[in-house]
Amino acid sequence: MAGGGATGGSVQSETYREARTLLLLPAWVTLGLLTLAPLMIMLIYSFLTKEFRGGVIWEFSLEAYDQFFFDRGLFGDEPPKIEWTYIGIFWRSIWQAGAATILSLLIGFPTAYFIATRPERQRALWVFLVTIPYWVNLLIRTVSMKFLLRDEGPLNDGLMSIGLISEPLGIVNTNLAVQLGLFYSYLPFMVLPIYAAVERYNFALSEAASDLYAPRWAVLRRIVIPSVKPGIIAGCILVFVPSLGSFLAPDLLGGAKTFMIGSLIEEQFKGNAGNWPFGAAASMILLTMVLILLMVFARQSRKEEA
Amino acid sequence: MAKPYDLRRYPGFFAITLLCLVILYAPLVVVAVYSFNDSPSITIWEGFSLRWYVDVFTGPESGKFKDAAWNSFIIAITAATTATIIATLAATAVLRAGKFRLRTVSIGLISLPLMVPEIVTAVATLIFFNAIAFERGVMTILLAHIAFCIPFAYMPISARMQGIEATYEQAAMDLYATKRQAFRRILLPLMMPGIVSGFILAFIISLDDFIITNFVKGAGVETLPTAIFGAVKQGIKPNIMAISTLLLAVSIVMVALSWFIGRRDPAEER
Repeated sequence: MAGGGATGGSVQSETYREARTLLLLPAWVTLGLLTLAPLMIMLIYSFLTKEFRGGVIWEFSLEAYDQFFFDRGLFGDEPPKIEWTYIGIFWRSIWQAGAATILSLLIGFPTAYFIATRPERQRALWVFLVTIPYWVNLLIRTVSMKFLLRDEGPLNDGLMSIGLISEPLGIVNTNLAVQLGLFYSYLPFMVLPIYAAVERYNFALSEAASDLYAPRWAVLRRIVIPSVKPGIIAGCILVFVPSLGSFLAPDLLGGAKTFMIGSLIEEQFKGNAGNWPFGAAASMILLTMVLILLMVFARQSRKEEA
Repeated sequence: MAKPYDLRRYPGFFAITLLCLVILYAPLVVVAVYSFNDSPSITIWEGFSLRWYVDVFTGPESGKFKDAAWNSFIIAITAATTATIIATLAATAVLRAGKFRLRTVSIGLISLPLMVPEIVTAVATLIFFNAIAFERGVMTILLAHIAFCIPFAYMPISARMQGIEATYEQAAMDLYATKRQAFRRILLPLMMPGIVSGFILAFIISLDDFIITNFVKGAGVETLPTAIFGAVKQGIKPNIMAISTLLLAVSIVMVALSWFIGRRDPAEER
């Protein structure tokens, strides 16, 4: 998640120059061995032959990617057609993550703007209030969401008792439930970068626009939003990327019709029925999509800074 | 020049902020409230009771949850401690060892676990342990947790170090302290709030992880999230809500702690 800014920082001194290899060695070894190397091995596994009890046979094969993109009939002897099942699952995931992102933006932008325009001493407290739920176990938050939304749950009970609806809304197991779950999971990620951008925004620009007879909402649309655009894009990426590969929200809040990439990948590694090379290939495709997105974003923000 | 309205404010934004907070907290509050329900049903409210908390500690499933909680705790403490040490050393090299060729690469490597989707990390780690024939169990969970905790420990530590001017250590060395002494006696104590924040965040991240743990845990080894997930698959039960509320309380206390420690400004402590 666009961690460059958070983990960067400029060089402050050269005090520990001679020790730097020694200081960095533990990080290199740990992350190289447990993060980078596994990704490389996953890439290799995606080109291997599947073994039927789960696992792989060390024999080169394009089978996994072929199965992902092409349909060659039941016996594999028909001319290849495009296989839409998995592309469809990816497409649905993009759509679900996109809907959750838009929902987060609609709620997150006004919230971030409001917090950034509070007196300085209050801001930290507001930000703290928004971030607390992020630190609560994602599984517990998702289960709580299900508890709240289910047909016999407090939301439907409440709405029925005040007579707004006559029967439960039936939200659980729909696309909407998954979108709400994703939205709920990552909403703080939308608020924080937009807040940081609005806090740096120079309100004299709003004054100037208003002095030149710009109506109030035009100031927001034509001046404020373009000025804080990098924050908005960062927020959208921070919500969209984890939503895309999420597993818990679709698994707990959704049903068979809301199958997403995360569940597709998870299924390949569960028990003996799985297909490891296919799971590795699907993971590679997801990773590639995310890295392209992050690269476009990084290039864009570098361009805006220049 | 007088205007009929304040340009910094927009009507409705305050209402949306309140809505945002309600959305963020409502599900948690509802579960916390219902965990005190004196009823085996999760739907009907039958009065206040602590029976489900008693059930968590003494009920038929208490053994399972105790083992899971113990695993979670040991893994989180060990992973967070290791990740914090690694992150502190790495931050010193990145911020206080001049410019060098591998600096950018190192920053990239440290941020890598943040950029890769969690499910992909989970798959890659599982495949890695499988490829080197490393038997799955508590050890595999621990190793995976150390790796993804590093960037979370690193962020507050690096932020704190950026707030401490290098002149303090230089002053110490001008007074004939060795580099090692300057690091141990000057930089490290000034860094402490950042280090504690980093440790706490890493601890919570480890305690919360479900997806990666679920992939790399061996058969029969459970942490709290995987045990809760297994139980929830058969339906939400009141004892699960009690456990969730306890875990919720732990997370909130730790984050509040980290916030108060991390908020102290290095400039104010002279």
